[in-house]
Amino acid sequence: MCAMARQTAGDELGISYERQGDDLVLQMGPQHPSTHGVLRLEIVTDGELVKHITPHLGYLHRCFEKHAEAMTYPQVIPYADRMDYLSAMNQELAYVLAVEKLMGLKAFPDRLEYIRVLMAELQRIASHLLAIGTYGLDIGAMTPFFWCFRDREKILDLFEWVSGARLLYNYLWVGGVAHDLPAGYTDRVMEFVAYFEPRVQELNSLLSSNKIFIERVASIGILTAEDAISYGIGGPNLRGSGVKWDLRKEEPYGIYERFDFDVPVGTGEFGVLGSAWDRYIVRVREMLESLKIIRQVVDQMPGGDPNEAMPRRIRPAKGEAYLRTESPRGELGFYLVSDGTEKPFRCKARSPCFTAISALNAMNHGGLLIADAVAVVGSLDIVLGEIDR
Amino acid sequence: MTPEAIHGALQQRFGQAVTAFEADAIDPTVTVEASAIHDVGAFLRSEPGLLFDSLMCLSGMDYGEETSSLGVVYHLHSTSLRHTITLRVEVPRQDGVVPTVCDIWRTAEWHEREAFDLFGMRFDRHPDHRRILLPDDWEGHPLLKDYQVQEFYQGIRVPYEGDPPEIGMDVYRFQDREDPV
Repeated sequence: MCAMARQTAGDELGISYERQGDDLVLQMGPQHPSTHGVLRLEIVTDGELVKHITPHLGYLHRCFEKHAEAMTYPQVIPYADRMDYLSAMNQELAYVLAVEKLMGLKAFPDRLEYIRVLMAELQRIASHLLAIGTYGLDIGAMTPFFWCFRDREKILDLFEWVSGARLLYNYLWVGGVAHDLPAGYTDRVMEFVAYFEPRVQELNSLLSSNKIFIERVASIGILTAEDAISYGIGGPNLRGSGVKWDLRKEEPYGIYERFDFDVPVGTGEFGVLGSAWDRYIVRVREMLESLKIIRQVVDQMPGGDPNEAMPRRIRPAKGEAYLRTESPRGELGFYLVSDGTEKPFRCKARSPCFTAISALNAMNHGGLLIADAVAVVGSLDIVLGEIDR
Repeated sequence: MTPEAIHGALQQRFGQAVTAFEADAIDPTVTVEASAIHDVGAFLRSEPGLLFDSLMCLSGMDYGEETSSLGVVYHLHSTSLRHTITLRVEVPRQDGVVPTVCDIWRTAEWHEREAFDLFGMRFDRHPDHRRILLPDDWEGHPLLKDYQVQEFYQGIRVPYEGDPPEIGMDVYRFQDREDPV
């Protein structure tokens, strides 16, 4: 009778896992500091061990895809910003590139292409800084959080200067940008690069090579390369598993083939390959690679008018196109279908965080502790705005 | 392999089940019978020379009320051989069923749940066939072109019908009065 009553109570909560014996179901979230948004994890535990995790999504569902069908193509850009509000430039870039692919637009002024890469890489650093800082915070390291936010602030200032907004920019448009760079912008970018590069080393000595941190995360949340590919995971989470796969190299969009940079991968140097630490360190090293790209961009930045080839009317012919880009969180794709009108017939956003969180159980090899669940979820660097859309 | 060669290989293996091929589309697309998609997927995944190990994207589609069909679009990529193909299946608007491919590509599990949630086609033999983004007791599938939002959800009126009633609001509108308090 008692067991039956428990089961009924579980049904009311929408618990999907069939419990056995002394299993205890823990609800982590929807309000929990380390879910980085509003996410509920239903964790079935046996003592201290996690047996199964069921994520429940949808708390931030804002019907992006339905809204997009009621908007003209340029009007969707601010909505794309709000999907992943921590890397809005990369979201805009993916969306406008998809629209351009659908319209068959290719020839753009060099200056526009360079501005796009500059914005995408600055945003990548800002996004990784937040990922690293909050990851430290999740597992109890307070200082790196403040250091990272101090540096991220400088990038947000640069964005504010160019677009007027700190987080949601509506700056990259189809075939153009909202405004050209202000005079002296690249000098300030170079000041930031010179300031920031030594800070990465500081961060490394503070957190990355910290013995307590390494012992905490270097052997948990192991994701094998095969699982990562099958689950459709991309970006730092995939590279942390040792797969050298970066869409900027594999399917260069824009002008990425002009730049010289490396693709850092996890090697399992302090524990097991594909661990939470490997995913973390890939992000740290990618910031240095982004700095490399920014230097080359500033060196080669051409003059001219970036909006020279901006289309006056955006009305793609009938057709469909899928385009994927390397966002800081992985493979971000847009699938657009046009019926020949000014509004998209279908606009599907393929979110990298959505696939990352779906692989949560593949990272549990039987030895995951309850306290580790936080460390594993944090290492995936998810943004709920993008998962729920 | 070129999209033409991939289409050729599929046609040779599955014959009638491969119904159309758009070679000139931006992303070349092969249309197959819905009932055959699991076999086609398994073939593409494991056949040497094809090795599509990555399902980039799985999208539900509503092709509009006049065509009276829903669809599922699969964007496939091979990380080892670096070729790409798009598959499409079409199912009727009512009671459409597509075999799941989530045992071939694990990422399909959640993407199929999303397609079901927003479009309403069923995925046969799916291990966890539930809604994913909307609440379990939501009515209807919002991305359908003829979707009508339900009137009430758990006692709360859903459709937006202008500003809320004015009852009690005069307390806050003292500046509109002729004799402000």
